[in-house]
Amino acid sequence: MTISHSSIVEKAADATARATPASLARRVRGLSDRAIAWLFITPAITLLLAINIFPLIWAVYLSFTNYRANRPNAPVQGVGLGNYERVLNDPDIWQAMQTTAHFVFWTILLQTVIGFALAYLIDRKFRGHAFWTTIILIPMMLSPAVVGNFWRFLYEPQIGLFAYAVSLVSGIPTSEVQMLGNVSLAPWAIIIVDTWMWTPYVMLICLAGLRSIPDYIYEAAEVDRASPWRQFWSITVPMALPFIMLAVLFRGIENFKMFDMVTLLTGGGPGSVTEVASITLKRAAFESWATGRASAFAIVLFVAVFGLANIYVKALNKVKQR
Amino acid sequence: MSAANSAHSVVEPSLNSKRIAGTIVVLYALITLIPLVWIFLTSIKSPPDSISYPPKIVFTPSLEGYCNLFTTRTRQTSDYIAALPAPVGTCDEVTRKRNMVIAGPSNFLPRFVNSLVIAFGSTFLAVFLGTLAAYGFSRFRVPLADDLLFFILSTRMMPPIAVAIPIYLMYRELGLSDTALGMILLYTAVNVSLAVWLLKGFIDEIPREYEEAAMIDGYSRLQAFRKVVLPQATTGIAATSIFCLIFAWNEYAFAALLTSGEAQTAPPFIPTIIGEGGQDWPAVAAGTTIFLIPILVFTILLRKQLLRGITFGAVRK
Repeated sequence: MTISHSSIVEKAADATARATPASLARRVRGLSDRAIAWLFITPAITLLLAINIFPLIWAVYLSFTNYRANRPNAPVQGVGLGNYERVLNDPDIWQAMQTTAHFVFWTILLQTVIGFALAYLIDRKFRGHAFWTTIILIPMMLSPAVVGNFWRFLYEPQIGLFAYAVSLVSGIPTSEVQMLGNVSLAPWAIIIVDTWMWTPYVMLICLAGLRSIPDYIYEAAEVDRASPWRQFWSITVPMALPFIMLAVLFRGIENFKMFDMVTLLTGGGPGSVTEVASITLKRAAFESWATGRASAFAIVLFVAVFGLANIYVKALNKVKQR
Repeated sequence: MSAANSAHSVVEPSLNSKRIAGTIVVLYALITLIPLVWIFLTSIKSPPDSISYPPKIVFTPSLEGYCNLFTTRTRQTSDYIAALPAPVGTCDEVTRKRNMVIAGPSNFLPRFVNSLVIAFGSTFLAVFLGTLAAYGFSRFRVPLADDLLFFILSTRMMPPIAVAIPIYLMYRELGLSDTALGMILLYTAVNVSLAVWLLKGFIDEIPREYEEAAMIDGYSRLQAFRKVVLPQATTGIAATSIFCLIFAWNEYAFAALLTSGEAQTAPPFIPTIIGEGGQDWPAVAAGTTIFLIPILVFTILLRKQLLRGITFGAVRK
């Protein structure tokens, strides 16, 4: 806008340009902004309320009753906090929580170490690094259920490729490499598949972290004669830390819910050494049909994840602000 | 990029360290590919080849896995088979060699079609609703918007089984259990949170000035949305669609609990493919191969947007 002219048209145009969109919208034909905001947001929220929030509230209600889904016509009685008491005093549930924690710990540790190492190497930008990065990402896009199911074949002791490879390297006869049938190896069978599948996920987030570090910091460190080792621990790791933490958060939440892969690989067995929380929950809800108790367990799980995630996010924000 | 002829930068890694890094990464990539290559190889093996020891890398390819995937077969005496008219097509031939005849189509194709219908249906709905809501959240002051958005996201922290309990009861009441519509609605609800988050990020990046300029030119807000914002958001909408599609395509827990026949999708079906004496691995591998191919294509298309999608828009390049 030039100010040299001061025709009425110019002034009008000026006023229009300064006008807030809201007042403008009222002047141009069509719906008001408010109506549009409502119209646009309501359908999505309605669907979420119906299929996400309402079931959640219903689960809370059910958790205070003795309702059983396989007897829909039996009278429903409120049992107060009885279900919660039973859940929190159930040794099987504590066992499942421990098993889950064990999985979460090892998968996150392995995936973070390998994922960060890979990201660090890819960040050296060797020839063809973009192509190989894409190749590495493939496993995490696949269906954990469908791929996990196929891993059972790889793990077969007599005919499986995994057993064959292990015996080739170590000399242990293939019939001895019982990954899924052995109480001490079955958890590791699952940890291996999970790590194979999700390391690329951590790698991708770490890579973003490494690429966010500006070059001039390293240049300054060079000028100060900092050793590569020192640069790594004083620049690379601290600056990539928020990203690493974010990856850990997402993997932690996901693996707390672990279900598909475990169900298809071991079904919670042998015995119950790989029975994670989701599998215990499924058994309580859809095998014992103890709907009330299962709902209480579900709520306990939700509160636990939600609480831990919140504490974690606070810590993450602290790291970010440094 | 080339360190050789440009001024030497202190940050540019030396050629030697690049070589070592490249070698390690390529090695890792090749090792992670082994299971996937093995899936494909098993799908074109005959059943005896698939379970031979040591595992066969060189073998005569056979279509038996794919034949078994799409058909059901019954065992017959060799006299009966000899008396039959000449076989029609490869599958007929392969089956007869095993003293069997094809009895009819298997459930794989209908289950695969279910996966397609449910994945595309829920993706379309989630992206449609998500785009509108994301625009609303991005451009207008919505009371409690942040809390609302965070709560939407937090529902994804629930284990699917926990959500499945009340959904199961609700669907039983409404007659939606084991229906494609029920699954579409459920996946839409799960995906809408991701769609809103991602699309809000994409729309936030489109300068408001564009719409405002259009509105000064006499467009209504709806027209500005349609003719200015939507074309600008195409990339974001496409990326979001693929993420929703992949989730619905891969989902197992809800599908396994809420569908059993009519609306069953491929992931719960594939593990149930049984041959004689246990899993028919070539057929399972064939089903897995067919099921994974679309995802491979999508992964390659999504390369640039992947990071954003997996972190709910928290990390953007």
